[in-house]
Parts: sequence; structure tokens; C-alpha cells
Amino acid sequence: MAGVIDEIRAFDSAFEIVVIDDGSGDNTSEVARARGVHVVTLPFNLGIGGAMQTGFRFARMNDFDLAVQIDGDGQHDPAELPALLAPLQRDEADLVVGSRFAGQPTFRSSFTRRIGIRLFAFTVSAIAHQRLTDTTSGFRAVNRRGIALFAAEYPQDYPEVEATVMVVKHRLRLKEVPVRMRERAGGRSSITALRSLYYITKVLLALFVYLFRSRKAPLEDE
Amino acid sequence: MTPLRVSIIGAIAAFIMLGVIFELIRRRHLRERYALIWVVTGLALLTLALWRESLNTLAGWAGVKTYPPSIFFAAILFFMLVLVLHFSIVLSRLTDQNVTLAQKLALLETRLREREQADSSGDDD
Repeated sequence: MAGVIDEIRAFDSAFEIVVIDDGSGDNTSEVARARGVHVVTLPFNLGIGGAMQTGFRFARMNDFDLAVQIDGDGQHDPAELPALLAPLQRDEADLVVGSRFAGQPTFRSSFTRRIGIRLFAFTVSAIAHQRLTDTTSGFRAVNRRGIALFAAEYPQDYPEVEATVMVVKHRLRLKEVPVRMRERAGGRSSITALRSLYYITKVLLALFVYLFRSRKAPLEDE
Repeated sequence: MTPLRVSIIGAIAAFIMLGVIFELIRRRHLRERYALIWVVTGLALLTLALWRESLNTLAGWAGVKTYPPSIFFAAILFFMLVLVLHFSIVLSRLTDQNVTLAQKLALLETRLREREQADSSGDDD
């Protein structure tokens, strides 16, 4: 994580970096604080969705124009930030997703994961009426409208796919850009082979339920 | 008709349950909305125990011909299912509220810490 912070700094020192420590109980918060970035330490583990939403709430609270979510394990390369941010700066999209597959295939993963990723891509593409290749990517950026939506509501367990559908259902614009991803330097994927089936079922069910949801998140709150 | 001994044991059990419920309410271990559900349940059980024709009568209304007490088990089972569903709803809402509270607390802590740091570094100058 410290490496990622340094890389972002080296790339552009003007970025405000926020580290969300999801009740890790280790020295994550201290290490990050020592580097002088914003650190939000959750009192207990909220899971990926709850932690991610905390970041968007921070962005909303501090009136940020843009927010990028980037994993602390080093698989997302800060050098790809211009590609990710360009559509937002040109006001072509409200959410930009960095896709491993939209461009050259530089990323390899297991068979079950590829099946899942293809299945989600197919389903979400159908819902969104646009071709999407990588809906599980956690390397993404949003503008003010995206920040407002995600601060108001964010899915919990395996949030990326559902968040993508949320954006579409709220009539926000979605765009995929090809990015190069690296092998993660530290930590492991939260999705092991055994959990893949549960993951796929849960997310598809969540998408199905979401299509019939009555309540939409209020975009213009506060 | 319910045998006398069964009726007496049932009534005693219902009285004990009502007693426990009243004690829980008195010590404020139960919120009003749950207290009401349990008091009504206790009274219903007491009625079933004391009114010895109750099961035959209720079974007759529901069209149960073979074994009247089964109406009792069916009713209890349905009641418990509804109650458990209700608890799932309450639990979901509490979980959501808990997440929001944790997030707001953490964000306020961060803001407070950063303000204090800014203040103390300002004093040094």
C-alpha cells in the first residue's frame, strides 16, 4: 500500500490520497498516516462495499470534483490514471471503468474467474445496452454525480458489478477504457476458486433484484 | 375436549410465560412493540388452555377433521415464521444503520484529527 501511495505521489503530487482502513487491526493506518495522506479508520470490518462507500462519502464531504478508487495491493497502475480520468474531464461519462480486456490482453486469471467475468460482462452489457468487457474491475473513476450516487448508496458484498448496474439505472453515463493491470504485489484476491460459484450466484441474484427495486438512491441530497 | 390435566398444565405454563414477560417489561428488557406481541401471545395460550373446547371449535372452523390439535401446531408454526421474517427485516435495517454509523464516525474522527493537527502545527509557527 505504501508503494501505491508513493507511485500516485510520483505521478501527480496534487492528488488527495485517502486510505480506508477497513478494521484491519494491523498497522495500515499508522503506515499511511506517516506518509501524510488522509486516513479513515473504520471501527470494525464493513467489507469491500462499506469501505468503498466510506471513500465516496469522504469525497462528497470534502466537495471533490473527481474520485478514483484504486486498490492498495498494487495491481492498479497509477500510470493509467490519465486514461481513466480523460473521459470525465471531457464530460463524456460519469463513471469510467478501467478494463483489463477492452484493449490488449495483459491479464491472466483462472478459468472459473474468466467464466464469471464473461457472464457478468454479458449480463451487464444487456442491461446497459452497451458493450462492456470488465464489470468486476475495481479500478474506476467517477465525477461529482458519481460521487453523489455512491455516497448515497453503494452495494455491500461484491460491489463492483452491482455498482455498474446502479450507475446505468440512475441514467448516469458509463464508459470503459482499456488499462494495463499488474500482478498484485501484496494481499490476495478476495475471491478464491471455492467462492467463485457463490460469488457468481450472489451477484446475478443481486442484479436481478436490483432491476425490480422500487427505491432509487436520492441524487440531490443535503 | 382437552383433558383436565392437560388444561391445568397448559394454564400454568401460560401463566409462567406471562409472568416472565411482565418481569421483562418491568426491567425494560423488551421494547413496547415486542412486549405487546408477547403479551397477546401469552393471553392466547392461556385462553386455549382454559377454554377446553377451543381446539375442536377452531379445527371445526378450519375444516380439520382427522386430528383437531394439528390446528394448534399449524398456527404456532405460522406465527413463528412471521416472527422470524420480521426479525430478519429488523436485522437488515439495523445492519444498514450500523454501517452508516461506523462510516460517519470514522469520517468525523478523520476530520477531527486533521483539524487538531492543523491547529497544533499552526500554534508552532
